[in-house]
Amino acid sequence: MNFDLSDEQKMLAEQARGLLSERSPYDHLRALIDAGAEWDESLWRELGEMGFLGVAIPESFGGLGMSALDLGVIAQELGRCNAAVPYYSSIILCADAIRLAGSDIQKAEWLPKLASGEVVGTFAYAEGPGPSFATGVKLEGAKLNGSKTPVADAGIAQLAVVLVAGGGLALVDLNQSGVTRTKLESFDQLRAHYRIDFADAAAEMMPGKNVLATLLDRAAVQAAFEATGAAEACLTMARDYALDRQIFGRSLASFQAIKHKLAELAVEVELARSNAYFGAWAADESPDDLPASASAARLTALTAFENGARENLQVHGGIGYTQEANCHFYYRRERTLALGLGGRDYWTDRLINHQPGLQGQISSGKAA
Amino acid sequence: MDFNDTPEEAAFRTEVRAWLAANAPAHVIPQGVALDDTEEVQRGRAWQRAVYDGGYAGITFPKALGGRGGSVIEAVVFSEEEAQYHLPKGPYIGIGLGMAIAAIAKHGTEEQRQKFIEPTLKGELTWCQLFSEPSAGSDLANLRTKAVKEGDDWIVNGQKVWSSWAHRSDWGILIVRTDPSVPKHKGLTFFVVDMKSPGIEIRPIRQISGASDFNETFLTDVRIPDSNRIGDVGGGWGVCMTVLMGERLGSGSHKAQVSPLLDYAASTPGMNGGTALDSGSIRAALAQAMAEEQGAKYLEARLRTMVSRGENPGALAGMIKMSYASRLQKTSGLAMELRGLDAIAPSIDDTLTRSIQYDYIWSTVMRIAGGADEVLKNQIAERVLGMPGEIRMDKDVPFEALK
Repeated sequence: MNFDLSDEQKMLAEQARGLLSERSPYDHLRALIDAGAEWDESLWRELGEMGFLGVAIPESFGGLGMSALDLGVIAQELGRCNAAVPYYSSIILCADAIRLAGSDIQKAEWLPKLASGEVVGTFAYAEGPGPSFATGVKLEGAKLNGSKTPVADAGIAQLAVVLVAGGGLALVDLNQSGVTRTKLESFDQLRAHYRIDFADAAAEMMPGKNVLATLLDRAAVQAAFEATGAAEACLTMARDYALDRQIFGRSLASFQAIKHKLAELAVEVELARSNAYFGAWAADESPDDLPASASAARLTALTAFENGARENLQVHGGIGYTQEANCHFYYRRERTLALGLGGRDYWTDRLINHQPGLQGQISSGKAA
Repeated sequence: MDFNDTPEEAAFRTEVRAWLAANAPAHVIPQGVALDDTEEVQRGRAWQRAVYDGGYAGITFPKALGGRGGSVIEAVVFSEEEAQYHLPKGPYIGIGLGMAIAAIAKHGTEEQRQKFIEPTLKGELTWCQLFSEPSAGSDLANLRTKAVKEGDDWIVNGQKVWSSWAHRSDWGILIVRTDPSVPKHKGLTFFVVDMKSPGIEIRPIRQISGASDFNETFLTDVRIPDSNRIGDVGGGWGVCMTVLMGERLGSGSHKAQVSPLLDYAASTPGMNGGTALDSGSIRAALAQAMAEEQGAKYLEARLRTMVSRGENPGALAGMIKMSYASRLQKTSGLAMELRGLDAIAPSIDDTLTRSIQYDYIWSTVMRIAGGADEVLKNQIAERVLGMPGEIRMDKDVPFEALK
């Protein structure tokens, strides 16, 4: 057993962190919001040029053919700095959906473009309030009809993988006349969301069947890395602020109420990171372990990020409630990550239903 | 990263499994059988002797000292496999292996190593720990038991508490104050003491669980030869830290607790028909506990990897115990709720409910023993996050000047 990142993976993390801390500091995020930008396009191009987007895409389709853990290392760094890039939509969801369900022709056409960053993709699954995975959108012949909302990054995406009636996945070019995109007001100012209406839009069915659960498991592991990186950023930000801030004649960080709060958060971050490591290892090496380990990674990462985002703001006190401080980026991003991919209910059921020996004993049969 | 055994580890595991299958069953204590404590210690000694004869005692200890000269990972593999059997392995063995001879190997003289290490590995010596005192728990260095040099001997007077299995131990590891004129951490010295020495009186403490495996130990003019001093006079705190590190890493305390509860919820009638596991609130509580338990398991795997490379995980090790103890408290409370009102007064032969009750009580001491939650949180904040240390009013004050 060797349960640690390799030297190469540590180097990858350092490279990504170095680049991101230079190109995506908080003031830059604020400037993007003020300018009404939907994303940081030049950072996205740079990530593509450096190969970060194609890490887990097979070499035969223009990627680097590395592991889910390598991808997770990058997701963790992107989460840490809240970068305004469509990585979650385009790489974690869209590219992986094509890798899992696409035909060889579909893979050959789209994966190299997603890997280079030339094309941005997204994954359209929700249809308004209620359960995340709705299938009211119908594909008949090669024509798609219905609406998906909200869809992350749909304004800048050229390509969408769409969950359709019957549970299959369809590929849709968003730059066509049968597609209407309406911008929504996103809670997360750094991740734009759209409503998409399809009216006889041209779409291609993807041949892969029953891949949704696996796609979500793999995405949940990556999102857990993203949330872990973000939670750790909240912890560090709170720690640094507390060390800097003087109150009652001493450092805020010297108060046990603050120390204990942050120590508890540090434990949550390490539990989340450990689960994410195992989930990524299982995604590549032990598929039978993936559903439970992805669920555990998801639940612990959401806990760490939720508490991290809240307590970071709390430690900052009044200044934390202003846009001048940086807490709000994470406070908004946390909800975006928490509600996506089915939310806590889905992952609670999935974890419990994938415990050995339990199947068949649960009368409600909630298995995903 | 690889969570599987390497080929060498897999080969070692196969070898250990075969050896255990051939040797362990004769030593297994049947579930639900409560042994007389004298008999349990005898069985514990016999099992430890069998482990020694099999070549698996003190896996990480050098061969020259009677150990196996193996790796940390091999020791982990052996304990994982050993845990498949219900063997007599109480603190009387664990304190000897994990704390006493660990301290002697690192800080002891050659003569002390020869005298204590191999006999302990053979199960010939059982050990208890004489650290805490009524006024020295979390603030362990506040201890008052004192030793005064008289010729080649030290004369010890004072009182220790929470000494597990002291009444059935051959030897104790003991920390005492030898110089009250210096600040509290600096005037301490570490000894091993023969528990049959005149002047030692052991009184059982009746715990809230009803058991009495902790004791108070009174020391009145106990004579300890200087040859039983481990490390330098005044250097006891450093030896103590070696020992406590062993306690925290060796506790293996994240052991699965949630899965049986899940099975239990799945077979217990629920409020609205179906099973208890159909309830959203019960599912949510169990899933969160299970996710945290798995996180602790993989965090432990990360720490073992660090230890196997010679790195010291330090305060990170406290995270696992902290997470385990509070989780056990929550899940055993939930287990009692699942059991219903019956859990407050089960029928006489209901061993399941009794073990749930025991866990609920036991969880309270787990949040205190081996570093209370609050102490561990301070350590994590200070050593992992780099936050300021607690204000210590007594830091530079001679012990004798403290109130």
